[in-house]
Amino acid sequence: MRGINKSFYGVKANDDVDFDLGVGEVHALLGENGAGKSTMCSVLAGLYRPDSGEILLDGEPVAFGSPKDALAAGVGMVYQHFRLVMNFTVAENLALGHPDVPTRLSEKDLVAKAHELGDRYDFPVDPNAYVWQLSVGQQQRVEILKLLYREARVLILDEPTAVLTPQEGEALFRTMRLMAEDGRSLIFVSHKLNEVKAVSDRVTVFRDGRVVGSADTVDATPKDLARMMVGRDLDLPKRSGSADRGAVVLSVRDLAVNDDRGLEGLRGVSIDIRQGEVVGIAGVAGNGQRELTHAIAGLRAPTAGTVELGGKDVTSRTVAHRIDAGLAYVPQSRLGVGLASGLTAEENLALKGYRKPPYAKGRLLDQDVFKSRGDKLIDDFDVRGVRPGLPVRLLSGGNLQKVLFAREVSQDHIVLMARSPTRGLDVGATEQVRNQILAERDAGIGVLLVSEDLDELLSLSDRILVFYEGKVVGEFSAEEATPEEIGLLMAGHTEEGAA
Amino acid sequence: MNESAEIGLLVLAIAAGTPVVYAAVGEILAERAGVLNLGVQGMMLVGAVAGFWAVFTVESLWLGVLLSLIVGAAAAAIHAFNSITLRVNQIVSGLALTIFGTGLSTFIGRAGETQLAGEPAPKSFEPLLTGGLADIPLIGPLVFGHDILVYLSWLLVAATSYYIFRTKPGLALRAVGEDPPSAESAGIDVAKVRYIHVLVGGALAGLGGAYISLALVPSWTDEPIGQAGWIAIALVILASWRPWRALFAAYLFGAAGQLNFYLQTQGVDIPSNLLAMLPFVLAILAMLVLASGERARKLGAPAALAIPYSREQR
Ligand SMILES: Nc1ncnc2c1ncn2[C@@H]1O[C@H](COP(=O)(O)OP(=O)(O)OP(=O)(O)O)[C@@H](O)[C@H]1O
Ligand SMILES: [Mg+2]
Repeated sequence: MRGINKSFYGVKANDDVDFDLGVGEVHALLGENGAGKSTMCSVLAGLYRPDSGEILLDGEPVAFGSPKDALAAGVGMVYQHFRLVMNFTVAENLALGHPDVPTRLSEKDLVAKAHELGDRYDFPVDPNAYVWQLSVGQQQRVEILKLLYREARVLILDEPTAVLTPQEGEALFRTMRLMAEDGRSLIFVSHKLNEVKAVSDRVTVFRDGRVVGSADTVDATPKDLARMMVGRDLDLPKRSGSADRGAVVLSVRDLAVNDDRGLEGLRGVSIDIRQGEVVGIAGVAGNGQRELTHAIAGLRAPTAGTVELGGKDVTSRTVAHRIDAGLAYVPQSRLGVGLASGLTAEENLALKGYRKPPYAKGRLLDQDVFKSRGDKLIDDFDVRGVRPGLPVRLLSGGNLQKVLFAREVSQDHIVLMARSPTRGLDVGATEQVRNQILAERDAGIGVLLVSEDLDELLSLSDRILVFYEGKVVGEFSAEEATPEEIGLLMAGHTEEGAA
Repeated sequence: MNESAEIGLLVLAIAAGTPVVYAAVGEILAERAGVLNLGVQGMMLVGAVAGFWAVFTVESLWLGVLLSLIVGAAAAAIHAFNSITLRVNQIVSGLALTIFGTGLSTFIGRAGETQLAGEPAPKSFEPLLTGGLADIPLIGPLVFGHDILVYLSWLLVAATSYYIFRTKPGLALRAVGEDPPSAESAGIDVAKVRYIHVLVGGALAGLGGAYISLALVPSWTDEPIGQAGWIAIALVILASWRPWRALFAAYLFGAAGQLNFYLQTQGVDIPSNLLAMLPFVLAILAMLVLASGERARKLGAPAALAIPYSREQR
């Protein structure tokens, strides 16, 4: 790719980008949130048309007018947000748009083909399952199979590991190496330096829409890469000592909550969190974490048990009441539950406080306060890419998280509940969010941190509880916790069972 | 009771339902592609007037059919351009199309040298078979007593159903209505699929309109099609976007519309205006029960219905 330029609403997402991909090479892309990685990938995959620049494939210039052209030339992409039709089966998704599929569909042939593909790449999937029934890891396999079915020679994987458990990640890396040995070329986007080190041959670093450097992976130390990405040295946060513990601010007693299917997702869990304490919840996604956070936030009614905030029973109170009682909540889904995607950043920042002064003047809203408060928070939290008047969904993932965090911690609160707060964030933004969580704790806030990232839990929590099938199966203090033990419990091995 | 009166009611129900079958199948195609077209009433009207004009001036029924297909598609092209290329609000554009079609058909009916309004058609589509099979009691009139356009509508329903659920372009169509970004990245040209189906849908609505002026009520009045277009839109939901269900629902509504006359012949005394409301009451009830968000999703409402798509949009 030569001299690629691409702007959105006047912002240069790609500024004169040059990029080379060798045959059989795994090429990692690194860069902060919003640096332009996904943009370059989407240009290569034919989704975005570049403002200028050219793409050479085997030395020949090509012009991709659409993903169809790119696929025909052997270039395919697995997007950050999967592009599978949820209401279709796996087999239907594989057949969709494929040039070799005959006009009359035969369910039998489709299923057979899906089986054949799954076997060939050691990627078992159930062709008759609907995509919405699959786990994220399985959905990703379908995405990759889709590309292999198209005989793609260039596969672009945009942050494939962000949604995977560590084990699934390992399996993906093996598949990636296999595909590379097959002579395919892969582009791999990630924020995790250790993954880049583990799987890639070359690495290219983006900053502010530009390529700041490329290197063979063996020659690049994580420290160098991090410095190239953010332009300074990073010091990853470390918990120091323990803050002064105070009164219990959040108390959950024997809480049972049903999941979306009406089954018991959470089965009698009790947790106490004191002022100045970070309590981490470890567990593979889908073991009751969602039900717990929803019940505490008031988004889902428990079938049994109580929730107390600051000593007051709020079990049957509204969301608004809980906010007033001092609950700050950073949900997993940033757009949707966390932020209103069509509103501006400033409006989103006011979304929890707009009923009260200074935002509200009687029945009216004070636009000047919206602006001045919004600008200040955007500045304090270093949110980048905000364009006045444009909807917040145009921001990159890291910046969305900063907006959400800024709103939640700028309210009066006694408890902060955060779910996977650094998922998809670059190292710089991760550092910032983690430091903020520690700052909250030092300021005497009780923090409930739910995460699938063990490193994150180990570096931030004073106490870690392990969830398995809706129950607490283990509890560790920060000093005694080891990744191995927690990992085993997460996978369902009880103390005795493991021995 | 008089058996032939009931059979007569059913035969009439099929005839009265046929324009709605055409229009509803057309709307199913458009909506399956994710485009809501509220211009059905307008497209049916221009189809009706075009068909009538052809038989009135050239005395050719088939030219009327052809013309109605063309003007229906042409009217739909306006909506397609608005909603697919310009990405304007589909509800606004569709309503505008209905207003436009209503005005245009009334204007053509009254203006020009050949005044259509009030005139009967010199020709109309008649039942294909008379005597023989059509005289078999019960089945005869119900199965063999119709004009050719009714049989074509059955063929259309069967073919469309097969197309949507059993063919590769049908799969692409459903993908475009469900999830345009996924369809696009699977190599499907979303805009093209949407254009094609909105245009074909418009052609079918035009034909549905022409069925009224060429077969059902072969004359030209100022309100030639009643509210058939709106009924068709409601039926699409009632039929949960499936052609066969639309066929039977259309006949049900046809029957509700004819009940009026039937009851009069049976000497039942209910104010006819009340009975004339029946199809609309049915439609409103069906919408209330079925069209609410969550339930519509479960029934198979295309998830991207009425949402403009742009490839580079986040
Ligand atoms: N479709 C779009 N419409 C408007 N702006 C966009 C669009 N896509 C990207 N941008 C903007 O372009 C810039 C680069 O975004 P891009 O998604 O390429 O970043 P990234 O490096 O992939 O970040 P992340 O690590 O968060 O995924 C950002 O400022 C983003 O807001
Ligand atoms: Mg990205």
